[in-house]
Amino acid sequence: MLKHTENIIEVKNLVKKFGNFVANDNLSFEVKKGEIFGFLGANGAGKTTSIKILSGLSFPTSGDVMVAGFDVYKEREKVKKNIGYMSQKFSLYEDLTVRENIRFYGGIYGLSGKYIKEKTESLIERLKMKDIQDSLIKSLPLGWKQKIAFSVAIFHNPKIVFLDEPTGGVDPITRRDFWEMIYEASDSGITVFVTTHYMDEAEYCDRVSIMDQGRIEGLDTPAELKKQFHAKNMDEVFLKIAR
Amino acid sequence: MKKILYILQKEFIQVFRNKTMLPLIFGMPILQLLVLVNAATLEMKSIDMYVVDKDLSSLSHKLINKFEGSPFYHVSGVSFSIDEANEAIEKNQADFIMHIPYGFERSLMRENSTQVQLLIDGINGTAASLINAYSSSVINSFNRNIIVDLTKMPQIKELNPIAVETSYWYNPELNYKIYMLPGILVILVTVISMFLAAMNIVREKEIGTIEQLNVTPIKKFEFIIGKLVPFLIIALFEMAFGLLIGKLLFDVPMVGSLGLLFGFTVVYLLVVLGIGLFISTISSTQQQVMFISFFFMLVFILMSGIFTPTESMPLWAQKVNIINPFYYFMRVIRMILLKGSGFWDISREFFSLLIYAIIILSLAVWRHRKVA
Repeated sequence: MLKHTENIIEVKNLVKKFGNFVANDNLSFEVKKGEIFGFLGANGAGKTTSIKILSGLSFPTSGDVMVAGFDVYKEREKVKKNIGYMSQKFSLYEDLTVRENIRFYGGIYGLSGKYIKEKTESLIERLKMKDIQDSLIKSLPLGWKQKIAFSVAIFHNPKIVFLDEPTGGVDPITRRDFWEMIYEASDSGITVFVTTHYMDEAEYCDRVSIMDQGRIEGLDTPAELKKQFHAKNMDEVFLKIAR
Repeated sequence: MKKILYILQKEFIQVFRNKTMLPLIFGMPILQLLVLVNAATLEMKSIDMYVVDKDLSSLSHKLINKFEGSPFYHVSGVSFSIDEANEAIEKNQADFIMHIPYGFERSLMRENSTQVQLLIDGINGTAASLINAYSSSVINSFNRNIIVDLTKMPQIKELNPIAVETSYWYNPELNYKIYMLPGILVILVTVISMFLAAMNIVREKEIGTIEQLNVTPIKKFEFIIGKLVPFLIIALFEMAFGLLIGKLLFDVPMVGSLGLLFGFTVVYLLVVLGIGLFISTISSTQQQVMFISFFFMLVFILMSGIFTPTESMPLWAQKVNIINPFYYFMRVIRMILLKGSGFWDISREFFSLLIYAIIILSLAVWRHRKVA
């Protein structure tokens, strides 16, 4: 495994409140450059809230958040140039084709037409999408949509990609395929920040943090966490924390 | 700037791929112009009159014949009883009663003057005053004929020492359709562009793609321009299409410069689209957009002067019209098309709308949130 040393995300005392409800309660953590960082927690634990703050979609109530070397408060647009984002809804346009979606997102990131064209060709080649390149997104199965959404999210070569429950609702094989893509992205130097509530996926991460009711209750490599909580697998770790 | 082109490309693909959009853009103008221009008329035809003739003289018959002979009147009932006539009005079977009293002819012969009574249903004030005006002119013309008949003198000028010669400028035949068509066209273009623009952004909110756009480094003004220009182009096309229909089917005169008209339309559309985009940025569902825009649309249309001259509205209403974009365009399109007004004639409206456009678009850009 690569040695990850440089911090690419630094979060200190992050708090996010919605009225009286505290969604993120004093979070502090760092993500190292190049690692696959798993952000785990039950539904409603505050994962999506944090990921929205990290990607500049939502203001923190208080705390310091640095992403890719920029402050998400003051330098939000610079942060945005350096990150990719894929939400639970993997926001592709259903009434556009695969190619049109890629071209549109590439275009609004300011990439040149020539670059978009070349990269699209190689992407279609690599994902074996020749047959579906001109199909509308709405006609494709969920697994394909997720792969394409991920490819779109990293199309502009961001330093970090945020994935918010990217593999919801598909079978284990499709999920496995998806994780292959995550590894490929990681190998090419992109830091991956992924939320999930599948504990088997946690095992694929370099380090994981486990959230419960807005707080981080555990943060380490999967092996260390299992040792720390005297558990056989991540499932047990998770249950011990959430109870 | 190149980013904006990518948004334009995407918007156009989406509009033309949408199966309900094309019929809407092409079908609606034809249908609305055909139906509304013909339907929304203030001309009175087949006015139902109820005759109470208590005189039964040759003169009273002549008067009734005069009305019957006119294409505007239709005698819906005859009776001796004014009560029965009143009942007919109450049941909506008659629009007005012509009451010819007993001694109508005799009084004319002996005293050189006589009386006839018109009782008009005043529920619809506009219609009532039109009926009054029409009927008075029928009776006046009857008057002149009697004088000729009774005095056996040829109709000579002395009887009308001051002759009023009326000529209606810009619309000599008082053709209501060429007055209505530009008005309906304004509504049509506005409704289509405002709704399309307002629905568009909120749709992206509903399906969640807005979030994906918000994590990109796209600037707020680039986003708003990218959303605005496609609908501007569609609305201008709509305008041209409507004018073509007006020319071909209704022979609407186009006295003024079409270039000036389209120039003004662009400024007007910036305002309308700005309002649409603004509504869109403050709403989170398409229902909200529908309700808000419907409310404004209704108030604006009724106050715009499409049916009633804005100058005769109360002063406060005229003040409210300062923020009514319809009001400006309604005036200007008629001025340019029917009167041939030039730029300086419409410069007040032009610059008012220009300032309006700048304000509302700035508001839309300002209110569009990339962060929650």
